[in-house]
Amino acid sequence: MIARWLDSDFVYSLLRTPTALISLIICLVLAACALFAPWIAPTDPFDMSSIDLMNGFTPPGVANEFTGEQFFLGSDDQGRDLYSAILYGLRVSLFVGFASVILAMTLGVTLGLLAGYLGGWVDAVIMRIADIQMTFPSILVAMLIYGVARGILPPNARADMAITVLILSIGLSEWVSFARTVRGTTIVEKQKEYITASRLIGLSHLNIMARHILPNVINPILVIGTITLALAIIAEATLSFLGVGAPPTEPSLGTLIRVGQDFLFSGQWWIIFFPAVTLLVLALSFNLLGDWLRDFYNPRLS
Amino acid sequence: MSFVEVDEVSRVFHKRSLFSKSQGVQALKNVSLSIQQGETYALVGESGSGKSTLARIVVGVDNASSGQVSIAGHQISTSMPKENRRDIQMVFQSPYASLNPRWRVHDLVAEPLRAFGITQGRKATVQRVTELLEQVGLQADDARKFPHQFSGGQRQRISIARALSSNPKFIVCDEPTSALDVSVQAQVLNLLKDLQSELGLTYLFITHDLAVVKTMAHQIGVLKQGVLIEEQSADDLFASPQHQYTKDLLAAAPVLSVA
Repeated sequence: MIARWLDSDFVYSLLRTPTALISLIICLVLAACALFAPWIAPTDPFDMSSIDLMNGFTPPGVANEFTGEQFFLGSDDQGRDLYSAILYGLRVSLFVGFASVILAMTLGVTLGLLAGYLGGWVDAVIMRIADIQMTFPSILVAMLIYGVARGILPPNARADMAITVLILSIGLSEWVSFARTVRGTTIVEKQKEYITASRLIGLSHLNIMARHILPNVINPILVIGTITLALAIIAEATLSFLGVGAPPTEPSLGTLIRVGQDFLFSGQWWIIFFPAVTLLVLALSFNLLGDWLRDFYNPRLS
Repeated sequence: MSFVEVDEVSRVFHKRSLFSKSQGVQALKNVSLSIQQGETYALVGESGSGKSTLARIVVGVDNASSGQVSIAGHQISTSMPKENRRDIQMVFQSPYASLNPRWRVHDLVAEPLRAFGITQGRKATVQRVTELLEQVGLQADDARKFPHQFSGGQRQRISIARALSSNPKFIVCDEPTSALDVSVQAQVLNLLKDLQSELGLTYLFITHDLAVVKTMAHQIGVLKQGVLIEEQSADDLFASPQHQYTKDLLAAAPVLSVA
């Protein structure tokens, strides 16, 4: 099984595309960092008792002038270890990214399948909503949903629900690209004879959609999913940077960048620099990986 | 009453548009035909003559605008009860589009078995699929492969195995050989013929190729622009075509002399 997988075109192409291979390795390493943050991180950035204000603004790799403590990537204004904060921030960013892509994918694939398969007014309604949503930048849609959700929630639930609301708003703003692609592929697939073969033995439409059409639309979904993941991570960082995303109690990379921004002009460059570089590398890797996947599944495009 | 009765079937396709009045295209106009059990009825006609539309109506995946179809005494429609569908199967034109590329041959052939609950349990299903594959000249091992690992002719055999799996009495063959090489065409036609005599199958054979018709058909109908313009037994039609269009068709067909 593993031997056959290693021998596949997929692995062959991956091993011979350095950009894709490096991107994949970076993605995996960063994902592992996020997953195992509590074990890797030298300190717990959320444990207030372990944080010493005297350690504030320690530059990277230099001993603090009062306490003599050293920090690999420096410390922020509160004396928090930046390296640990980034690991935990990565956790929030990736979690929000994955969760919102899964939400967008589920929603987009379901609606796209229904629109393409059923056609008629179902198709018209779903795709017009998609068209309308496409005319707004997705970050604007996400902010709108975020604002509405905040308005509905009681004030004491807002902090607890912040991450959920963030996932909902990014997820709901990114479903369109999935739906459009799935609809197009579904329309092509449903005219093929194997669908007639299933219809004539009396299989239900639901059965045909789930077992026949879905497996045939999955490849483009993987490609869009990977690229959307990069977009979702950026969207989360943007929302957090604007102060409407992850709360300071659960800082994501975007929150760290917003905090770091205050000290950019006073010389403490490392507080914004390292989270920003991490975000850049993360988003870029997923994007390049997505590009390669697209080329792999559809060589005619390149 | 014959085994298959097509009675005054018409089909109009409406082109729906928001801005203009709907225009109908009449694909079939009052087509009536009947097929005796165990015989082959060949429906001949050029592209766009309504052959495939009639096929879809006969197998119950499309409804007639007017008229009706009955097979073995059951009324055919898209909403007919599932158990009546067991008797009717179809073999398609494209060996590529007629098999889901994501499914293994076993699952493709076993789909009707599952749908109608014909075999109980995995073991019985595997055994039946093996039998079917061997019946159409494939091997038991082929069940584990995917459709793309087969040639066009072999894929048509898989298609035929799938069609046979529900033990049908009636099979609609929609140009099953038109996408194949001539030598492979003969093999597939021979297989279909052997199966007919072995299992007593009734065929509705749709084609534009008169050479194919000659080897298979008992009865021939000529369809032109949705109208059945001529219907005769195979021997009579080749000997004395009545309609000018049929004469033109026969004249246009390449003559095959078999040494």
